[in-house]
Amino acid sequence: MAYLPNTDADRAAMLAAVGAAAVDDLFRDVPSEWLHPALDLPPPLSEPELVAELRALARRNRPLADWDCFLGAGITHRFIPQVVHATIRRPEFATSYTPYQAEASQGYLQAIFEFQTMVAELYGLAVANASMYDGATATAEGALMAVAHTGRSRLLVSATCHPETLRVLDTYAAGRGVQVTRIPRAGAITDLGAARELLAGGESAVVVVAQPSFLGALEPVRELVQAAHATGAMALVAADPVAASVLEPPGALGADIASGEGQPLGIPPQLGGPTVGLLACSEALLRRIPGRLVGRTTDARGETAYCLTLQTREQHIRRERATSNICTNHALMALAATAYVGRLGARGLEQVAEISSRRAHHLATAAGRRPGYALAFPDAPFLWEFVLRCPAPAAAVAARMAEQGILAGLPLGRVDPELEDCLLVCTTELTTPPMIERFLAALPAAASEARAVATVEAVR
Amino acid sequence: MDGPGLAATLPDDQRRRRPARLPSVSEPELARHFGRLARRTHNLQQGIYPLGSCTMKYNPAVNEEMAQLEGFAGCHPYQPEATIQGALELMWTLERWLGTITGMDAFSLQPAAGAHGEWTGLRMIQAWHAASGDLTRTEVVIPDSAHGTNPASAAQCGLAVVTVRSGADGTVDLEDLVRRLSPRTAAVMLTNPNTLGIFEREIATVARLAHAAGALLYYDGANLNALVGMARPGDMGFDIVHLNLHKTFSTPHGGGGPGAGPVGVRARLEPFLPTPRIEREGGGYRLDEDRPRSIGKVRSFYGNFGMLVRAYCYIRAYGDGIAQVAQDAVLTSRYLRHRLAPALGTALASDSFHEFVATTTRSTAPRLRALDLAKRMIDFGIYPPTVYFPTTVPEALMFEPTETESRAALDDLAEVVTAILDEAAADPERLHMAPEQAPVGRVDEVSAARHPEVRWWPADR
Repeated sequence: MAYLPNTDADRAAMLAAVGAAAVDDLFRDVPSEWLHPALDLPPPLSEPELVAELRALARRNRPLADWDCFLGAGITHRFIPQVVHATIRRPEFATSYTPYQAEASQGYLQAIFEFQTMVAELYGLAVANASMYDGATATAEGALMAVAHTGRSRLLVSATCHPETLRVLDTYAAGRGVQVTRIPRAGAITDLGAARELLAGGESAVVVVAQPSFLGALEPVRELVQAAHATGAMALVAADPVAASVLEPPGALGADIASGEGQPLGIPPQLGGPTVGLLACSEALLRRIPGRLVGRTTDARGETAYCLTLQTREQHIRRERATSNICTNHALMALAATAYVGRLGARGLEQVAEISSRRAHHLATAAGRRPGYALAFPDAPFLWEFVLRCPAPAAAVAARMAEQGILAGLPLGRVDPELEDCLLVCTTELTTPPMIERFLAALPAAASEARAVATVEAVR
Repeated sequence: MDGPGLAATLPDDQRRRRPARLPSVSEPELARHFGRLARRTHNLQQGIYPLGSCTMKYNPAVNEEMAQLEGFAGCHPYQPEATIQGALELMWTLERWLGTITGMDAFSLQPAAGAHGEWTGLRMIQAWHAASGDLTRTEVVIPDSAHGTNPASAAQCGLAVVTVRSGADGTVDLEDLVRRLSPRTAAVMLTNPNTLGIFEREIATVARLAHAAGALLYYDGANLNALVGMARPGDMGFDIVHLNLHKTFSTPHGGGGPGAGPVGVRARLEPFLPTPRIEREGGGYRLDEDRPRSIGKVRSFYGNFGMLVRAYCYIRAYGDGIAQVAQDAVLTSRYLRHRLAPALGTALASDSFHEFVATTTRSTAPRLRALDLAKRMIDFGIYPPTVYFPTTVPEALMFEPTETESRAALDDLAEVVTAILDEAAADPERLHMAPEQAPVGRVDEVSAARHPEVRWWPADR
């Protein structure tokens, strides 16, 4: 057996030592009719057989490196310096446990302290935790933190947040009897007037908004925060961390809580997981934040040391009165983000944002001029993601583009039927000029073929 | 090929005024920085890691390599289904393997961690009762020895926790259970073997009582390593389980995640599983979002796919011989308990499985604190066992060696603990000073909590 160090002789010696005649004697408390169930599992594989099977499965997927990729929508195809991979693959980090015993875990604790500092700085807030599962769950738990703090049980969430976040928030809120109300979309951003009306009753715990919006546009975060605070509600901004390096961060705009999907910070797409959830808050919420927190302190000799702290918020101490049930978080992905940001620094993140945004603006302008195509929200400022209106159903256009090896973006009909002819298009520093050329060149044929398909289907 | 820059395209009032104060580190310095931090972090390749309830087993090297394959690591969740068929097949197959291992009819791989799986499972239980028109079931019965995540997950669902006592043998007190069950009981939530490492021998009776009261029986899979391949929660009467792939199925713990917490159910609960579901149709696989009775989405996309690849590899390597894992896990634990017995008594006389709970109050140095023993173990290159849990045992030390520890490593651990207990008898003060050899001395956790400093600030804040 592949990973078992003890030989049959070791087993026999250990069985003899504990006074058991056979291994089943160790299981005598289990009723015998349950022991040794027939399992519908295949026979074991040797390592070479295993590698062959996994390689065959992997070959039946087409990774982003083999496409001209313009697909973002929550998972961004960014370059990852090799040193980030090398860091998180170190067994010291990969194979350790949550650092309960501080003296044996100082290195990892310091790394998480650095992560917390990095997230807090990016978001312009006082406090960040040691990570959440992903952007969606970070946003949901952040919103519930505001419910607990305000004692109000209604959440206002902008319809322009990521659709997966909206649905996860619904699931989290439903369990707690918290009412979720959507603030409608106006163009590519939140309807500010509707937000003010919904807030007017003074019953809402928090306003949740994404920056940029799911449709790529810049939200009026400052105005939404002010509107929320004027009615005693808190404000949560689900902010892209790379965007936060060039946009006025949530904390500077007065937000109480910021959350984010940390995948753009050095984490491969991996079909959407594992990534890392970022969660930051103001000092006032320090004792309400869910999850692990690392604190800096001293050891018995007075030297700087780190440990998990404020654990009385947590499930293993406080049980049903804990601020969250989170135990395992996404530490190794947080480490990847720390190494990525440590390598790039604030200036490097700004450059990533700058290059991504320049490519997007070039593409948006050029694509919008192709016959039949147009920018869906021409007046909305954006960074590197924008909505392209197509002369045919966007899903059909994307399908034709995929035949050319181009992932043209996300057809938005699955998100909002009003946007059925719209594609959410994303560029990054990995989107090369030849890729953009090919995208633009493929648009006319994709439109006519898509229209032809649509006509045939209509006739049927 | 570039359009206008941010200076031209960003509205002035949206531009960041003060850059984030972040270091920018050259690659050689970055590698050395994390190299230094790595050396100050105990890990599985350094030595035994017998943390009870954590299942710190060896993480196979090949699994790491397979998860990094570009065809797995490099795919986008929204790319066309036809171009991720290998990934969907892997997940579909893994669901079925977990089903046969646990005796459940359907699995969702989406929850990101054990506690996330608990919460997902309890949300499904709520939905199931609601669908039956029964809106009065607002309580979950949980033993006093349970992991803290159990009551915390119940509270996250808005459910009230009712605690059931453990009896003298460490298992659920059946008389107390009968008193706790009522028309308000939504579920009974158990770990089996429980956190004391003891098998709930009366589990069939527990299941009968729970079901007679109209409740469902929930299996916390944190301790499945004791039973994997040997016995199945489904056969014991459990209706719903979650598994910790980072425990039983060897995906690396990563210093606290990412893990994965799949949830399995009996057929009657299948409609309530989170979306999307993976369906096989014809020769291919697709993602099904159209599940009207589902509790909805519990996280973005489809789960911690990278961890699912590793778990698939692990199960595939053992195949139908996976029971050897549980057999060796229980044997190593029983052997370690036996080796420690002369110096360090166990809390209870009952048979233990993959883990056991010792207490310093029954040791050759009975005034020794569990914490002091733990800290001294660090000096010998051994990560301490879980301490002060379960809370039902004073000065508890919970050991779980796992099947990947050799007899020699277990002998070493026993000798170290015996030596420390001898030392404690001869020089009781010295252990308060431990650790002596670690990168830092005893960390002042009290002042860390009293004056929380959870980030760096510049001097001129």
